[in-house]
Amino acid sequence: MNDTPKPATATVTAATAAGPDRARPGALGAPLLRRALADSVRKLDPRVQFRNPVMFVVLLGSALATVLSAAALFGGETDRAAFGGLLTLFLWATLLFANFAEALAEGRGKARAAALRATRSATEALVRTPDGTLVSVPGTELRVGDECVVSAGGVVPGDGDVVEGIATVDESAITGESAPVVRESGGDRSAVTGGTTVLSDRIVVRITTPPGETFLDRMIALVEGAERQRTPNEVALTILLCGLTAVFLVAVVTLQPLAAYSGARQDPVVLIALLICLIPTTIGALLSAIGIAGMERLVRRNVMATSGRAVEAAGDVTTLLLDKTGTITFGNRRAAEFLSLPGVPDAELAEAARRSSLADGTPEGRSIVDLAAAGRPSGDASGESGVPVPFTARTRMSGLDDGGRRVRKGAVDAVARWTRENGGEVPDRLRALAQDVSDRGGTPLAVAEVPAQGAPARLLGVVHLKDTVKPGMRERFEQLRTLGIRTVMVTGDNPGTAAVIAREAGVDDFLAEAAPEDKLALIRREQEGGALVAMTGDGTNDAPALARADVGVAMNTGTQAAREAGNMVDLDSDPTKLIEIVHIGKQLLVTRGALTTFSLANDVAKYFAILPAMFAASLPGLERMNVMGLASAESAILSAVVFNALVIVALVPLALRGVAFRPLSAAALLRRNLLVYGLGGLVAPFVGIKLIDLLISALGVI
Amino acid sequence: MAATAWGQFLALVALLALTAPVLGRYAGAVYGGGGAPGDRLFLPAERLVYRICGVDPGREQHWTRYAFSLLAFGLVSFLALYALLRLQGVLPLNPLGLPGLDPHAAFNASVSFTTNTNWQAYAGEAAMSHLSQMSGLTVQNFVSAAAGMAVMAAFVRGIARRGAETVGNFWVDLTRGVVRILLPLSFLLALFLVGQGVVQNLNGHTVATTVEGAAQAIPGGPAASQVAVKQLGTNGGGFFDANSAHPFENPTALSNLVQTWAILIVPFSLALAYGHLCGDRRQGRAVFATMFAVWALVSVAVMLLESAANPLLAGTGADQAAGHLEGKETRLGAAASGLWAASTTGTSNGSVNAMHDSLSPLGGGLSMLHMMFGEVSPGGAGVGLNGMLVMVLLTVFLAGLMTGRTPEYLGKKITAAEIKPVVLYLLAVPVVLLGFAAASAVNGAALASLNNTGPHGLSEILYAYASTANNNGSAFAGLDASTPWFTVTTGVAMLAGRFLLLIPVLAIAGSLARKRPVPAGVSTLPTHTPLFGGLVVAVVVVVAGLTFLPALTLGPLAEYFAL
Repeated sequence: MNDTPKPATATVTAATAAGPDRARPGALGAPLLRRALADSVRKLDPRVQFRNPVMFVVLLGSALATVLSAAALFGGETDRAAFGGLLTLFLWATLLFANFAEALAEGRGKARAAALRATRSATEALVRTPDGTLVSVPGTELRVGDECVVSAGGVVPGDGDVVEGIATVDESAITGESAPVVRESGGDRSAVTGGTTVLSDRIVVRITTPPGETFLDRMIALVEGAERQRTPNEVALTILLCGLTAVFLVAVVTLQPLAAYSGARQDPVVLIALLICLIPTTIGALLSAIGIAGMERLVRRNVMATSGRAVEAAGDVTTLLLDKTGTITFGNRRAAEFLSLPGVPDAELAEAARRSSLADGTPEGRSIVDLAAAGRPSGDASGESGVPVPFTARTRMSGLDDGGRRVRKGAVDAVARWTRENGGEVPDRLRALAQDVSDRGGTPLAVAEVPAQGAPARLLGVVHLKDTVKPGMRERFEQLRTLGIRTVMVTGDNPGTAAVIAREAGVDDFLAEAAPEDKLALIRREQEGGALVAMTGDGTNDAPALARADVGVAMNTGTQAAREAGNMVDLDSDPTKLIEIVHIGKQLLVTRGALTTFSLANDVAKYFAILPAMFAASLPGLERMNVMGLASAESAILSAVVFNALVIVALVPLALRGVAFRPLSAAALLRRNLLVYGLGGLVAPFVGIKLIDLLISALGVI
Repeated sequence: MAATAWGQFLALVALLALTAPVLGRYAGAVYGGGGAPGDRLFLPAERLVYRICGVDPGREQHWTRYAFSLLAFGLVSFLALYALLRLQGVLPLNPLGLPGLDPHAAFNASVSFTTNTNWQAYAGEAAMSHLSQMSGLTVQNFVSAAAGMAVMAAFVRGIARRGAETVGNFWVDLTRGVVRILLPLSFLLALFLVGQGVVQNLNGHTVATTVEGAAQAIPGGPAASQVAVKQLGTNGGGFFDANSAHPFENPTALSNLVQTWAILIVPFSLALAYGHLCGDRRQGRAVFATMFAVWALVSVAVMLLESAANPLLAGTGADQAAGHLEGKETRLGAAASGLWAASTTGTSNGSVNAMHDSLSPLGGGLSMLHMMFGEVSPGGAGVGLNGMLVMVLLTVFLAGLMTGRTPEYLGKKITAAEIKPVVLYLLAVPVVLLGFAAASAVNGAALASLNNTGPHGLSEILYAYASTANNNGSAFAGLDASTPWFTVTTGVAMLAGRFLLLIPVLAIAGSLARKRPVPAGVSTLPTHTPLFGGLVVAVVVVVAGLTFLPALTLGPLAEYFAL
């Protein structure tokens, strides 16, 4: 709508606006509110309202009521004009409140877009020509395929892949994460984003996206809501709301002749008020705000969805494909236990393993030291001296030489050979221990030592290295199961190991020894069975599967191909976020449904307020329908209209925040939400209208 | 309410509970596409029909083709019936020498019987020759019901099929509905009714001398055969003007009970047939229970209202133990009339055994509202299930979102493609009902037809359009419906209430048939639970209530509150 950032929002700096934990839902700054108020008036433009048929009817009704009230005023019917004018005032308020809700939802996105725009400075790119010379080209004139050189301190001129070199890059402008990340040619960490800054070294970037369509541009358009299109379910709901509006229009338009027959002809302003109370204004007013807020919740978690359709699909997901490494497990194996051979005290094995790993800086080595230290009396710091023997691909062992005493740990067959070479024996029991560890999904490492110069080598036992499942994963999968979502673990491990991890993590199924094309085939298979599949991916290999999945979340650290193929990009590159995305999708749908139900349930009370008020004068018996005991006909009608307008404002926070979503079965969710929003929607207006009526009578407005 | 009245209600419920599952399973087989009981008897007859009509029973139709067949059949039926009624004066089987109907009456009656409404702007014994009754009206009683049932079969196929382009063959469904369901049932019921004393002959008037010495012309005719199908096909058009209040149509307490059963049995059975056809019998039972709940509530309410004393007669010393008796057959009593009134308005049947104009204000208002629910409790033959399933889709759409999924029914996503026809379905009846009622309320020519003024007069108008727009056909009476204004407007209302509902239903069927279902899981909204059923009832009541409450306020409610 309005693309120029207002001074008010320009005070939000890039860093704060783009931080991972920016605006909390409750923390609506004054500038945001001020801007939303201004936008609410601007949105009265009929061309804007026309896109929302329910509110367009309100606009027409308000305009007509204004004309009728003015006519009454000039016709000298001051009483009628005063009452009509009051009603008209609140009809306009209904419209403004609806606009306000939408403007408020858009406000946060616009503030962030402004911040992003501020970081998008005009960059000059150094393009490498085929003959190797460098030419300076404005960033806006880059073409796909151009190779640009970016050195430390330079800004990446456009989206692309690193084709040469390695560099640390500051991506905080996009992700809000201040720690620099490494980007290198080849592999799955090659994508760089235009607008980010190279901190060290020099890279060559091949441009993959034309200027104006870069990730930053798309992000700005997205958070601003400029590209917002109605999602399929929103379209269907809008059709239904239009249909209901038409039904109520018929009911109200035909009421005048029926009333005339009954000798109770109505003031047209009152009929307009009745119509606007009946049509689903509450959900009509909040529908787009709910959608925008849902997208915004994703943005707040640093996920960029390229369409609202994907957010909606996230709520429908029935199968979740998760990579094992880094998602379900920590990704690096950790020592879980020491299994000593017969005749070897456990403490001796632990001590030898610890010593062999002292110089081993890998996470696995450190975990062995940690595990050994855990079982050892504190203060014993013996054996810290010696010459470390580092791990090499040839020996596949590491260890420590301390004078004549030498310890080694490493692959079982490598250590066995070392033992034999040093005059030791390899007991059969070793194979059994190693096999046992493998069977349990772990990786065995053998530990051996030469106790003193010249003595024969001796095997001590096996360290069980385990792929450790992240804490809390089992509970999360349990939650997902409650929501009817099946989790499938994808791993390159052999089926035996995969099965063990799968059981431990509590996933429903696994795909072992998976090649990227297996992933794609699995998605196809699931989809043919009617499932909706969500997955995360980062490599170029993942791109076809990401494109095929109903919800494909690409990691920002991944390749450009992956980022283009998915329909969401996670700026934090956290694969477990898929679970949160599903929650957000579901929450969006629940909020939409709950407010629709609430809106329709409200109508019952409005009838009990307005119908007796309209007809009791001519048909006195109908006063018995005034169950709320409203003070007068005028105050009853006005109370209903005021309630109808105020309920929009009252529900704005709920629409923006989203209904609290709990992982329950569909039946339980329905029961709970029906009770709160269905029954609540039925009862609330009886209370609300009565209170407003009391207030109006107390103030003596009418 | 007397114990006998409760006894009648419970006997009726027991009769339905015993027969509906059997007929439901049978109807499921009839429309299921596989072998069905009685194939040896019925298949040759059907094949003969197909050969004569040039129908290839193996060829299925896309929904648009199916709809086109339905419309073509409706048009041909209308033209044939119209011609017959206009020309009956020169045709045989006319013992009273009745003349042909005038164009307005013929138009109205032809629309009425081809749309399964059976709104009667004429008096049967005084206007229709035996030929018109037998080969015109009775034939339409069969085929119009079977056409509604055919659309139901197509709708259910649309729900059950996966990735299919076709929804069945209209001509096959039509033929099987007549040959296998309506004809055998009607034959048996007609025999039973003859046994109870319903007349069945080709006589004209039999002139008798009464004990007072006056000459009385007693009408005859093939009544039993028509009465049977009028009830079973939810038609409702009586052979005699007084309909089932006439002793020649409904002579005994037993015939009254069995006819009430016959009004309800086909639509209730089709709900259970739905369970068999969609492969999940729980869904059928849930729809059945939903229909049953609304019907039972309205029935008991109207029975109680009619059995209560009339407050206007309080203090006059009148013995009111028998309830509101004005306009009722004392042979049958107030409660049985109330039960019938609720049943006939809930089924789009429209036959009556009492004058609805004389129902208590709330009893009459409730009967009207029962029609305004959209004829879903249990509704007309086939069309009732259509209506209830549309309400189920609407409920799924509203409630489904609250479970955190985009709405789906039996695994199929409900999207704009289905919601568009659902909205058309919901709009059609209110537009014609309220539109014509409003036009009549300020139209002098229309108001001249009224028997009453004030709220009751408005109720007469509202009832007429509620009845015709919902293809019910029962009359509040008290309104001269034979004027040009009413014959034309009610005729248009009947056409709209028939085809503007059936075409959207077929469109939904076509769209759903193409979809592939998502397998059910714990996150799937269960649509067979009491909670969901209760929600469907709430949606039915709230949608109708919100649409019609303003009009009802000025009619029956104003009358009631003025008591």
